[in-house]
Amino acid sequence: MASSSIPAGVHGDPTRRDFLMVATGALAAVGGIATAWPFINNLNPAADTLALSSIEVNVQAIAVGQAVTVKWRGKPVFIRHRTPEEIKQAEAVKLAELPDPQTDNARVTDTAKKVRPEWLIVIGVCTHLGCVPLGNKSGDPRGEFGGYFCPCHGSQYDTSGRIRRGPAPKNLEVPEYVFSSDTLVKIG
Amino acid sequence: MASSHGAPPVFNNKVIAWIDHRLPIFSYLEKEYHTFPTPRNFNYFWNFGAIATVMLVLMIVTGIVLATNYTPHVLMAFDSVERIDRDVPSGWLMRDLHMNGASFFFIAVYIHIFRGMYYGSYKAPRELLWLLGVVIFLLMMATAFMGYVLPWGQMSFWGATVITNLFSAIPVVGDSIVTWLWGGFAIDNPTLNRFFALHYLLPFVIVGVVGLHVVALHVHGSNNPLGIDPKGPQDTVPFHPYYTMKDGFGVIVFLIVYSVFVFFMPDFLGHPDNYTPANPLVTPEHIVPEWYFLPFYAILRAIPDKLGGVICMFGAIAVLFLLPWLDTSRVRSCVFRPIYKWFMFVLVIDVIVLGYCGANPPEGYFVPLARVATLYYFFHFLLLLPILGKIERPLPLPPSIADAVLNKKAV
Repeated sequence: MASSSIPAGVHGDPTRRDFLMVATGALAAVGGIATAWPFINNLNPAADTLALSSIEVNVQAIAVGQAVTVKWRGKPVFIRHRTPEEIKQAEAVKLAELPDPQTDNARVTDTAKKVRPEWLIVIGVCTHLGCVPLGNKSGDPRGEFGGYFCPCHGSQYDTSGRIRRGPAPKNLEVPEYVFSSDTLVKIG
Repeated sequence: MASSHGAPPVFNNKVIAWIDHRLPIFSYLEKEYHTFPTPRNFNYFWNFGAIATVMLVLMIVTGIVLATNYTPHVLMAFDSVERIDRDVPSGWLMRDLHMNGASFFFIAVYIHIFRGMYYGSYKAPRELLWLLGVVIFLLMMATAFMGYVLPWGQMSFWGATVITNLFSAIPVVGDSIVTWLWGGFAIDNPTLNRFFALHYLLPFVIVGVVGLHVVALHVHGSNNPLGIDPKGPQDTVPFHPYYTMKDGFGVIVFLIVYSVFVFFMPDFLGHPDNYTPANPLVTPEHIVPEWYFLPFYAILRAIPDKLGGVICMFGAIAVLFLLPWLDTSRVRSCVFRPIYKWFMFVLVIDVIVLGYCGANPPEGYFVPLARVATLYYFFHFLLLLPILGKIERPLPLPPSIADAVLNKKAV
């Protein structure tokens, strides 16, 4: 930028004043962001909301083929006692056919790494725009793949809660859960 | 007190003169709302700016009254709205005015927007005026959306769920943004609280932007149906009494139609599901937003990809920001654009078709129809406008507004 006709220090090399300007500006920007952060962070979930993050469910009463819906973190969680046919159907699917490839086995493993194929535990929230899919109650439409059907925009899930058709991009989310005994599961 | 064009007003009242010397509000009103030279050829489409302003004030007044009886808590919100309807003196009226007022505010604004598009009111030197208008439209949509959540019915809850989940389509940070918007892991009490706070705040932000919109309007004055600039006093009339009267008449006719809805069919524009309290475990069979969002909702659903749908939906509004630069024609008014005029009508029909698709489940022929209508919407703005402006041959413009008006009378 400096032109030879202008003496250095006027429009050429940075002066002490330029340095102070930039330093002050930078400090003001950092201070501004630091001040804005608590206001933005204030809108994040509060401690009591976070504290509600785990529940225990007794699954003893759920017979084969039945399912229950429990509320966890304000969302429905589907607990389904799958029939042997449903398990077989979910395991038989080739990964290449899935929009969001995941084995059935990986979806029925709890956080203690124990596989329980008879229990499918998923968050009952469609990964498209958050509706609750149908299929957890007897008599509900379950879609072409025998799992869940979202009435809002027509997404269809299989017996492993994996997306098979429709606008949803991902499989139904599997929450963190662990079986503390054969009949007691802790979600969250 | 009255003054002719240009001369500063003289106030006979000593108090007014004293105040005006120190804070010239009376001179300002005199200049901007009395003697303000306004094209003499406005048609009734020019009423809708004033009508929208009246609706904004009405919404704020009824809203403040409603807020005194409303409880923003998930366990009490629904009941507090029912109490306003049943127990609070005149509560039913305040609520019906507010509920239907939102719809009629949007009716006025949609007519105002299409008026601006048809008569080229967004063209130089009024681009910023148009942009401020689109900002107002966006703020209105945010305010209306959050207001619809407050009664905490099934449609409130699930509408809020679908709309906030739009942000989960953003790659990487989407889910964190949604949690941040909700203040939790689902739509719950923190969400209701912040929506109430923002629903109370945003209308005043709208008032601020409307102020800027009006200031920008008064720099170059209003456009007019011919889209040509006034060339002198023979082309204009003073704003008062000519257009205060005409606007007043239009406002009253509009309020009569509005009153028919408020008093005789207050729930016609609403959805019966919203009289069922919100239930986070059961989604209603068929979620629809309020009618004024339906065209955008149809665009969202027309795209078979989540992120793509969200981008197109926001894009449908983003193109409005670009409108002044997408239109390459130098002629403002469609009156003198023999081809574009018809495409403007097609655009209006297209938006209505989109709204119709948005109101129906995404099945059967609604799917291809919504896709074609979405495609046409973007075709209109992104291809037709820039190209047509270059190849269309406009009709000859009249020499002046007065000339056009007086010749018309002679015929």
